[in-house]
Amino acid sequence: MTVKLSVQNASFGYGSNENVWENINIDINDGDCLCLLGPNGCGKTTLFNCINNTFELKTGRIMLNGKDIRDFGVSELAKTIGVVYQEHSAPFPYTSLEVVRMGRTPHLGMFSTPDKKDTEHAYSIMEELGIAHLAGKRYTQISGGERQLVLIARTLCQEPEMILFDEPTSHLDFKNQAMVLQTVKKLSAKGMTIVMTSHFPNHVWKIANKVAMLNYNGMVAQGAVEDVMTEENLTKTYGVEVKIYDAESGNHRTKFCDPNLD
Amino acid sequence: MKTIEEAPRLSSGEIDFKSLEDRPSPWKWVLMAVLLVALFITSLFLGRYIVMPDEVIKIIGYEIFNLPIEKTWTTSAATVVINIRLPRAIMATLIGAGLSMSGASFQGMFQNPLVDPYILGVSAGASFGAAIGLVLELPTIGIQMTSFIMGLVAVGITYFLAHMYKTTPVLMLILSGTVVSAFFQAMLSFIKFVADDEEKLPAITFWLMGSLGNVGLDDIALASIPIIISIAALLIIRWKLNVLSMGDREAKTLGVNTEKMKVIIIIATTIISSTSVAFCGIIGWVGQVIPHLCRMLVGPDHKVLIPATMLVGASYLILIDNMCRLFTVTEIPLGILTSVVGAPVFAYLLRKTRGGWS
Repeated sequence: MTVKLSVQNASFGYGSNENVWENINIDINDGDCLCLLGPNGCGKTTLFNCINNTFELKTGRIMLNGKDIRDFGVSELAKTIGVVYQEHSAPFPYTSLEVVRMGRTPHLGMFSTPDKKDTEHAYSIMEELGIAHLAGKRYTQISGGERQLVLIARTLCQEPEMILFDEPTSHLDFKNQAMVLQTVKKLSAKGMTIVMTSHFPNHVWKIANKVAMLNYNGMVAQGAVEDVMTEENLTKTYGVEVKIYDAESGNHRTKFCDPNLD
Repeated sequence: MKTIEEAPRLSSGEIDFKSLEDRPSPWKWVLMAVLLVALFITSLFLGRYIVMPDEVIKIIGYEIFNLPIEKTWTTSAATVVINIRLPRAIMATLIGAGLSMSGASFQGMFQNPLVDPYILGVSAGASFGAAIGLVLELPTIGIQMTSFIMGLVAVGITYFLAHMYKTTPVLMLILSGTVVSAFFQAMLSFIKFVADDEEKLPAITFWLMGSLGNVGLDDIALASIPIIISIAALLIIRWKLNVLSMGDREAKTLGVNTEKMKVIIIIATTIISSTSVAFCGIIGWVGQVIPHLCRMLVGPDHKVLIPATMLVGASYLILIDNMCRLFTVTEIPLGILTSVVGAPVFAYLLRKTRGGWS
């Protein structure tokens, strides 16, 4: 197992404010699917933004393929890490194919535009994800779930070595959540290295092999899903009592957790 | 779920990618180009002094291309065509194209279809510069220079104010632009207040209303180079505007050096706007209306939108300039007509697209 990305002794604080978190160490191996859990405001997204080099750490470093992430050029980084943000509308109604094709940017020179090959590449990725029928539709006029899939296609079009997802299923309905998770699972099965923040601990059992839990005091636990996803850790992370249930239906076995409301 | 088979295909069986993108049919391009050429030529024989179309062509052939044509026209006809109407038409083409492309580029960069090329304070700065030149009684070239330089200075200040922590957020740019505009407008008012109201105040006022009436061939020689270079720069980076318009954060993760790109766009548009104010005064609404019109014509993809704004913007300004000199005995200032025509057109487009910008 080679380490793809490692966060080493990291701390972060906005300006001269108190640190959001400190002493964070995470190793992500090739092919891992790591889920980052934690309550609102614990610094999950901040950590996410440090990993994609939007924010700079106060101390410590983030190594990507053995090289400090700060030493990456903009397009070099874009060829290595793809980022899927939460879907949002665009100011101009580009076609979905055009949005997907924007993924070619890091492979183009400063002054060049995508050619027919790039267009075909973009389209074939949409076919692969089963969203080719969206290609000619306006990005502003498709549903939130469809937009999220288009953004995933755009990131794949970048041909990155790993993909970061920032809460890819928030404000999506049940069906769209399933569609997006299914896509993430497929990518992971194909060997893509994935880091994903989530508000839904149940998603961990569905797609992840590793999990890291943050709360307001920093890292609660991290490691393999079987070891870390315990009632104790989840309760500590979210500050509410959490119960884990084993469930089965026919041949399907699954685990899920639920807060205890009593 | 629909299958791939339903993708539109060409007769060869290949997928018809053009139908999945904003790629206007060739005849639309031809139409836009023909319209521009037709308006350009028409503007050479329209005006109070009547020169027949065939004579115009002969004069151009003789004077510009040194063709051996028998001289059947009067010297004054040649003067009108070569020294007055031709430079005017060329300047209208350059500025119409430049301002429209600047508007479209800014709208993409600011992710906002309401933005115009003057948002960073260039027109306020350049107006103030022109007013100083007029009050100091500088020769025309001096006024043009002070105006051009103050336009650059104003945008420079805006950029400096908006720049923080190695980034220049677009919201900060817009807010700083508003501040800088307000400051230079106040300075302009002050100059007007202290200016002698017999000669200088009217001169400042008329300058700022905008006109192509005083443009000569030597002005073209001076103004065309910076404008053409800036137009070329905007054409070259146009596709990346699509990526930039998705927002700074996303553009960066897609591998765009957003700061570098913003600087290129700001410099190019500022040179175009500054030159245009320095030579022709404030020409409002062109940079706002034309990109909208073109989005309706060819779609929002900047790869086709920017060239379309170039052609349509040039045509539009030639057309308005012709209206300025034909409607009334004394010429109407250009800036008045571009706004009088532009604002209602914009209102119409707003209603028609219901704010949908598609």
